[in-house]
Amino acid sequence: MGVLINKDTKAIVQGITGKQATFHTKQMVAYGTQIVAGVTPGKAGQFVEAEGKNGEAVKIPVFNTVAEAKEATGANASVIYVPAKFAADSILEAIDAELDVVVCITEHIPVEDMVKVRRYLEGKKTHLIGPNCPGLLTTDEAKLGIIPGYIHKKGHVGIISRSGTLTYEATFQLSNAGIGQTTAVGIGGDPVKGTDFIDALKLFKDDPDTLAVMLIGEIGGNAEEDAAQWIKENMPDKPVAAFISGRQAPPGKRMGHAGAIISGGKGTAADKIKALNAVGIEVAETVAQIGATMVDTLKKHGIYDKCHTC
Amino acid sequence: MNIHEYQSKQILKSYGVAVPEGFHATSVEQAVECAAKLSTSKVVVKAQIHAGGRGKAGGVKVVDNKPEAVREAASNILGKVLVTHQTGPEGKQVNNLLIEQGADIRKEYYLSFVIDRQTARIVMMASTEGGMEIEKVAAETPEKIFKEYIDPAIGLAAFQTNRMAYKLGLPKEAIRPAQKLMSCLYNAFVGKDCSLAEINPMVLTGDNNVMALDAKLNFDDSALFRHPDVVEMRDETEEDPKELEAAAADLNYVNLGGDVACMVNGAGLAMATVDILKYYGGNPANFLDVGGDSNPEKIAKAFSIMLEGGQSKGIFVNIFGGINRCDQVAKGIIEAAKLISEDGKSLPVPVVVRLEGTNSEEGREILKNSPIKNVIMAPTMEGGAETVVKLVKEAEAKG
Repeated sequence: MGVLINKDTKAIVQGITGKQATFHTKQMVAYGTQIVAGVTPGKAGQFVEAEGKNGEAVKIPVFNTVAEAKEATGANASVIYVPAKFAADSILEAIDAELDVVVCITEHIPVEDMVKVRRYLEGKKTHLIGPNCPGLLTTDEAKLGIIPGYIHKKGHVGIISRSGTLTYEATFQLSNAGIGQTTAVGIGGDPVKGTDFIDALKLFKDDPDTLAVMLIGEIGGNAEEDAAQWIKENMPDKPVAAFISGRQAPPGKRMGHAGAIISGGKGTAADKIKALNAVGIEVAETVAQIGATMVDTLKKHGIYDKCHTC
Repeated sequence: MNIHEYQSKQILKSYGVAVPEGFHATSVEQAVECAAKLSTSKVVVKAQIHAGGRGKAGGVKVVDNKPEAVREAASNILGKVLVTHQTGPEGKQVNNLLIEQGADIRKEYYLSFVIDRQTARIVMMASTEGGMEIEKVAAETPEKIFKEYIDPAIGLAAFQTNRMAYKLGLPKEAIRPAQKLMSCLYNAFVGKDCSLAEINPMVLTGDNNVMALDAKLNFDDSALFRHPDVVEMRDETEEDPKELEAAAADLNYVNLGGDVACMVNGAGLAMATVDILKYYGGNPANFLDVGGDSNPEKIAKAFSIMLEGGQSKGIFVNIFGGINRCDQVAKGIIEAAKLISEDGKSLPVPVVVRLEGTNSEEGREILKNSPIKNVIMAPTMEGGAETVVKLVKEAEAKG
């Protein structure tokens, strides 16, 4: 199980002929993901060759448009590695093709482009993940994006994170502690994005395989505060543990991610930790304690044994 | 990216926003010449720095439009170091002035556009509490802030500017000028990919006009590729030299002023590393995200920026290898050390390295066997943070 993607997901890679995209296409195929098509305008007729989970040869046809790729292959998802100038348009194209899941890895998309994308997304069926994110990984089934697969172990904890490397760090610590995962959802570090904590939490709430959620936030905005309130009201049966980075971030400074900025005194780590603690969510003191904090939370809720899967 | 008030006003004027007439000056004599071109009996001499709170710090003077009065005000402000709540204790030196006509102010208001993350919409905010810090108004009297959320498919609608103008309680004659200012400011915000457009104060004048007395524009760095005219307005003297140097090398660096440096891959982990250094009692020198890159030149550049001016007494390298491999990072560190050390073997301060993830064992092995002195391998992240803080404290004790 898990959320958003699984072994049956058939995905398109937009921008597949780019160097990074080709590299990650091979990684995704090697993990077992069904990458059924690529899209690069003007490159139709080419093929990208990869090697599947069991060493089998996989030939991925390239198309000029997402609509054609979907028509020919029955794809229901896509992952976008298109340069920032053109990425918003690629997202629109994928939404227009009515794909179920669209993951955008690209960083530095202008915010006002994303404002338009979000408007276009209204009333559409697509789940947009990102941009500026590491993507999705459902353990042992499929991955869309750049998450390293081997650190993931099968289990019952869902991960939602605004940061790429912290997703890996958290997964690594959980796996080391014997706590396997269902799906990791990298929602990305941009201020305006397709999926926020609450959207992802809703999916995990409905996933019978996910018994607990690891939430990794950072300074900027108030999505963590909103998530805390939502969890209290809607997800009493699935415990959540959290980590927030940026306790020492000075106000008004952008800390790497476009969305990681304390503006007008709002969006501090202290506020987020307070809001999470107020609804009974334990927040790791340091990044080194993410795994231990989840273990502690699982024990407190009496589901440690069930979640100790690896 | 930020620009000066005088530059913001140039942009706003080109979009039809009413601003006082004014000129940019970089010397006292130029300031006097500028004032002579203004017809009002009073002129305003305004310090141009990239920080708010200039008025309270003595950076804004209203004087008679006479050469000696302007000369005195300009020479008092130019070259002065202003310390405001936004500059930090070190303050900022004034290198630029704006000489502007005085305005007949009847009442002050606040007006801004920002992007609201939650709704993914541009929001217009206005308040009758002009001239005050808007954060303070929001905290103490939130009912005095009015908002209009803008549908990007429609743009800012006339009914919204009309509604806002009436909420502000403007006199009948000033409604249309206020509407015009709002819609022109919105056009500038969208046209130049701003992340903030703030007019504080927006003023109602004696003759029922509405104008932008102050102006602050911030731009979305990701959209600068479509605004070369804005990029040209960049004033590098207003920015931290280390941050500029880092940006030119494609490094995400923020100077935090302390003496325990860190170099990390990924923004989230980089922030968390700063936090853990502080947790173990260190005084973090910087935030530094080197990204997924293990290019030795880039790592060498990162090292030299951290070490510049003797700021850092120790460096914590915290890498989680995902797609980028730890063995490559380790090689990058060795190459970087060769590039920056005089003898090719030693680094001026201890470098504690934590490598985890893809090919971490190979990476550790490479560093262990390297000829570079001063590199200490940390078995865990918390161990690494503790060690580097301890080493820096020892170095401090020795003086």
